[in-house]
Order: sequence, then C-alpha cells, then structure tokens
Amino acid sequence: MRPLFKFHGGVHPATHKAESTRTPIAQAPIPSKLVIPLHQHVGNRAVPVVQVGERVLKGQIIGKPEGRLSSAVHASTSGTVNAIDMQLVAHHSGLPDLCVTLIPDGKDEWIAHSGVDYRQTEHTDLRHLLRQAGVVGLGGAVFPSDMKSYSHKHKIKTLVLNGAECEPYITCDDMLMRERAADILRGAEVLRELLYAEEVLVGIEDNKPEAIAAMQQAVLDDKHAHMEVIAVPTLYPGGGAKQLIRVLTGIEVAAGVRSTEMGVQCFNVATAYCVWRAITFGEPLLSRIVTVTGNVEHAQNFEVLLGTPVDELVALAGSKPDTDRHIMGGPMMGVDLPSGSVGVTKATNCIIESSPKLFPPPPPALPCIRCTRCADVCPAELQPQDLYWYAKAKDFGKTQEFHLFDCIECGACAYVCPSQIPLVQYYRFAKSEIWQREREAQAADLARERHEYRLMRIEREKQEKAERLAQKEKAALAAKAASPAPAVNPEPALVNAAADPDDTLQMRIDAAVARAKAQAATAQPKNVNTLTPQQQAEIAEIEARRAKIREMAAHAGADDEPPKSN
Amino acid sequence: MIAALWVMVGISLLLGAVLGFSAIKFKVEGNPLVEKIDAVLPQTQCGQCGYPGCKPYAEAIAKGEANINKCPPGGEEGIRKLADLLGVEYVPFGEGAAPKAKAVAFIDEQTCIGCTLCLQACPVDAIVGAAKQMHTIIASECTGCELCVAPCPVDCISMQPIGEDITNWKWNYPTIPIVQAPAR
Repeated sequence: MRPLFKFHGGVHPATHKAESTRTPIAQAPIPSKLVIPLHQHVGNRAVPVVQVGERVLKGQIIGKPEGRLSSAVHASTSGTVNAIDMQLVAHHSGLPDLCVTLIPDGKDEWIAHSGVDYRQTEHTDLRHLLRQAGVVGLGGAVFPSDMKSYSHKHKIKTLVLNGAECEPYITCDDMLMRERAADILRGAEVLRELLYAEEVLVGIEDNKPEAIAAMQQAVLDDKHAHMEVIAVPTLYPGGGAKQLIRVLTGIEVAAGVRSTEMGVQCFNVATAYCVWRAITFGEPLLSRIVTVTGNVEHAQNFEVLLGTPVDELVALAGSKPDTDRHIMGGPMMGVDLPSGSVGVTKATNCIIESSPKLFPPPPPALPCIRCTRCADVCPAELQPQDLYWYAKAKDFGKTQEFHLFDCIECGACAYVCPSQIPLVQYYRFAKSEIWQREREAQAADLARERHEYRLMRIEREKQEKAERLAQKEKAALAAKAASPAPAVNPEPALVNAAADPDDTLQMRIDAAVARAKAQAATAQPKNVNTLTPQQQAEIAEIEARRAKIREMAAHAGADDEPPKSN
Repeated sequence: MIAALWVMVGISLLLGAVLGFSAIKFKVEGNPLVEKIDAVLPQTQCGQCGYPGCKPYAEAIAKGEANINKCPPGGEEGIRKLADLLGVEYVPFGEGAAPKAKAVAFIDEQTCIGCTLCLQACPVDAIVGAAKQMHTIIASECTGCELCVAPCPVDCISMQPIGEDITNWKWNYPTIPIVQAPAR
C-alpha cells in the first residue's frame, strides 16, 4: 500500500455523479451543422486553411497550427464548409471568435490516415504527430500535449495520470476509464516513453470504484510494468494537477515552479486515450466524451463530434423546459454559455442544464466578517480574505504580493463563504486588470524604444548630410584651386558673390545650370520621327508663334512695359 | 575653548571634504525624477500635452513648468500615479482634454497617393511605405497619437477604435445589481 499525502484545505460538495453513470457512453448522431472554433487550445489560434464552399473529409485539417504553442483543428465529419466567420464561443466573455461552420453530408467519409508504431518512431516525429492531430489536454486546460511531452530539460521520474475528476456532476473520465481502460493505459505507455518516466501513477478518486477496478484489471491484462492505479480520497479540488501530485507523490510544487522541474508530469486520462488513437491509428482529435446532466430527463455521457451545437446535444438527453442556461464544465468552475448555438470544444467535459430550482441565484453578498473559513479550505494555501480585500480596493500590487497568481480559481473559498461573496469573480477581475496593465506597459516600452530610435536616426541623418556637403565643398574648392581659370559664366550672377567668399555656392549653381543645358541639348523629343508634312507644318507654325511671344515678353521685360496685344 | 573651536573647524573641514568628494564621485547624470515620470507616461508621443513627446513633458513636469493633468492618453489613473509619485494633489482634466477610447490609425489604401507625409509625422515609425508607393500602418506598433491624420493631403487616414475581443477582454468589477423591492 502506497502512502498517500494530503493537500491543504478542500471541500466536500455533493457529487451528483450517479445520475449520469447509469448508462454506458452513447454515440451522439451527426448534428445538422458543426460550429468548430479555431481557438480551442492554449496558445495561438489555428489559421484556417479551407475555403468557404469547399468539401472537406472527416479528419482533414481545417486550421493549421500557428507558431510554437498551437494545435491543429480538424473537420469532425465530412461535409461542406458553410462559413468561416465570427461566432459565439464557449468563453466567459460571451464574445464571438473565429469559427468554421461545417454542414455535414452524412457520409462520415474519412480522409486517408494511418498510424505508426511508437516504439519504432523518433520522439520528434511523435510530438509532431500529436501537434498535427490536435491533441490537447482534455481535463479542461487544453494545453497542447506535444509541448508537455518533453523531458530534455529535467529528468521526469513520475508520470501522473489524472483520473480524479473531482468536480461535481462530471463523469466523462469515469465512464471513459470504465469502458476504454486498455487504450488509456496504452496511451500512458506512449507518454511514458516520450518522457522517459520511470513510473506511471494513475490517481482516481475513491468515489469511482468501477473505474478503479477497470483500470486495475487493464494493468494486469496488458502486463503494464511500472504502472499503478491508486485510489485517492474524494476531496475537491483533488483533481487539480498540483493537488493530485501532492497526494500521490508528496511533492509540493512551489509557486512559480513547473512540476517538471520537480520530476513530475501530469496528463489527463482522456488525453492519454487520444494520444493512443492519434499515434496508433492516425486518428486526430475529432470527438470527446461529454457528460450531459443537470435539469435533463436522462443524464448520460455522449461521445460527441467537436463543433456539435450544445442545443442539439442537450436535446439528446431531454433537456427540461424550465432550463434557463447551460453551464459548460462543473458547477464550481464552469462557464455560463452565452447561447445554445455554441459548438462543443476540446475543453467541453460536461454540459449542466441549469434551472432556477437546481441552481438558485445566489443571495446578495454580505460584508466579509473575516471568519477565514476561505483560508481554511484554500488548496493553494493563500489568504483569500486578504486577496478579496485588496482586489475590491483595486490595490493590484498588494494582490500580487499575496500571490494572486497561485490561485487556481477552484471556487472552494466562495463555496464556504458564509457571506456568499463571489470571491473568485474578484480574483478574476484583479488578474485580468493586471494582465491588461502588463500589456499596456509592454506597448509603452516598445513605443518609447521606437521613438528614441527615431530621434537618434533623424539626428544621424542630419549629421551625415552635413558631412557629405562639407566634403563636396572641400572637393570643389580643391578643384578651383587646381584650375585658376574660372568656369565660363554664361548667365548673369544670381547670388551676391561677396556673401560667399569662397564662391562655392555660385560655383555649384553654375555647374547645375551647365548640366541642365547639356541635358536639354542631348534630349530629343521621341514623337517627331515619323510625321506627315501637314503635322510638320502645324508644328512649325506653333513654334513660330511661341518664338514671337517669347520675343515680345523679352522686349516687354526689358522696357518694363506691358506687351502689346496683337 | 580655543581647542574646542579648532576641533569643530577640523571636523567641518573633514566632513566638507568627504561631501565634496562624494558629490563628484557619485554624481547622477540627468534628473532621475524625469525617468520615473517618463515611466508613468503612456508613450503615445502624441504631443497633446503641448510638448514634442513624452520625455519633454516629463522634463517639464520635473522642472515644475507643467501641470500633471495634460496627458489624456494616460487617463485619470495616469494623473493619480503622477500625483502619487510627485506627492502633489490630484488634478482633474481641463476642458476638452478628456481621454478618448483607444484607437489605431488606418490608411485607406485605395486613396493613398504615396506622399510619405504621414511617414515623417509618425513618432514611432509605425507606418511602412515609400514615395509613390502605398503606405500602411503596423497596427501593433501604432500608439494612436493621431499625428499622421492631419498631414495627409487626401484624407485617407482614419482612427479606428480598438474593439473588445476575446484576447483583450477583461472581467468586470463584481457588482450587486439593485432591484426594485417588492411592493407590500
């Protein structure tokens, strides 16, 4: 029996997991349309590589990864691209983002794909395959998995496979482990190989005995060495990466330190399953298991194509008429969806249909009485009441001093708050204000640098011009000294020579005039080569008239009288 | 009595020498306050303060020649930070100097004649182009100072407000909605 450790705090909310685990995972049918966001992962948004009206096959890349930290996005089924535009997405802001709308043709026709044997493939190629298959962390953080499967900087001793699933209502990982344990563990083997990890610890909360039994059986069946399935006590948020690492290994991941620096890497069980499918069968991440629960007739888990509109998904479970909103994720950390039209993404582990009866609106917040119950339950060992105090006063410097950025926004503090203060909202507000200020400070630094460079450049150009002129004048003076006879002055002097003792200005003017004259003499009009006699006669007439006018003007100028009219 | 006087004179001469030496040895180039003020200013280089850039305005504030409420792009928070830094009272913006929404310049590339006048006006070199070639704005580097708008002879530059999208969206300050109490 492996000794287990404890993390600080935690709460025991009602789990509500039994409702959705009565029936096995059902395959959701192909919906009438798919709204596939191009930004379903941490990092840069994928760049669309299909055209509106184009027919795409199942598994075809429709968004290619951009930059180092990004992931590919695929067509979840075959069909026609109907639009590439801004659509509402599952995000706290309720703002639209770039999505590809796909109208399925119902044929579900696969693009040519094949897998590789991970034992005979270079690790770089495996990571590239994961990136091209769009595999990201399915626990909710959606961090590109290829970027997590490096071990060159730090020796990874332990790979933690996260099957804790601590948040109430959510059972997608539970059902996946019950039904597809063998593939999850094979995926874990691939990840272990990539990380050169010595052992794999699978952490599952002890309220999922069926999943634990299935996983333990799969370990025995496939004779996985260095792999252990461990039941951990049910305590929210025990599924947080840092918390699970603490419980399983006793390692405390310090603030601002990555777990890899302590020799531990953590993956979700569903991610491991997708890694196996992507490597061995060449199947990109096109669908995921989603729990549909809450205010529905029969709560269940569905395997859903990414991009399926939430409306069509909840209809499968029989959403009740008094549903007023959809929550994506769990009741503690979930996102209120702006509309039922948003598509299921890689981060959608659960849809909770909410009704006023199920989740009554919170009563108005009362003043903080500094009972410090929040500090007792905080899994990050922060002082939530102080963070609240400073965030409320918009004293963002102080919030950072109190380690605001170690807050994992689990909501345990707000759950126990006797004054019903929406604490996490304050922390999120403070975090986004700090990020905004950082962006502004960066922009200001860039602008300052560019402005200073511009001033320097203008000064330099001025100096260079002055130097060039000085050199030219020097050369001209030298030339003058060499040839004592001055250049012929065909025109009267325009500049007072006395003002320029060296005569350089006059010399330059004379030279320019001479150059212009020489150019005029050599230049020949090009449109007079082939002319009819009639045209030549016309030209001659015009020239004569011009000469006459010029003569008159010269005459008038000399006499200072207006020219006579003819 | 005389001895004490000599001792005091001796001490004062010694300390004077130490102070004089350190004044030369540890001399600070420029006014460090200017740097601190400049760090608070938003670096739009827009000249709305009446000085040709943020640094000259910072120098004027440091000398006490300019008031701290002359920088609309810095917003009220900017004034508060300057007031904190300088230990003076907060001064609200004057008439017509209210901060505007953040914007970036946009060149209508169909109308642009390639005159390079905006290039010369841009304080941060955020416009790309050459004589008789179409110009365009590097939006990520534009500070929204509007200095390029006036010189354009064909009026092809407009200021486009920066909209809210998922990348720059912020959480709202939590508020408690006020609702009508039910009638008894």
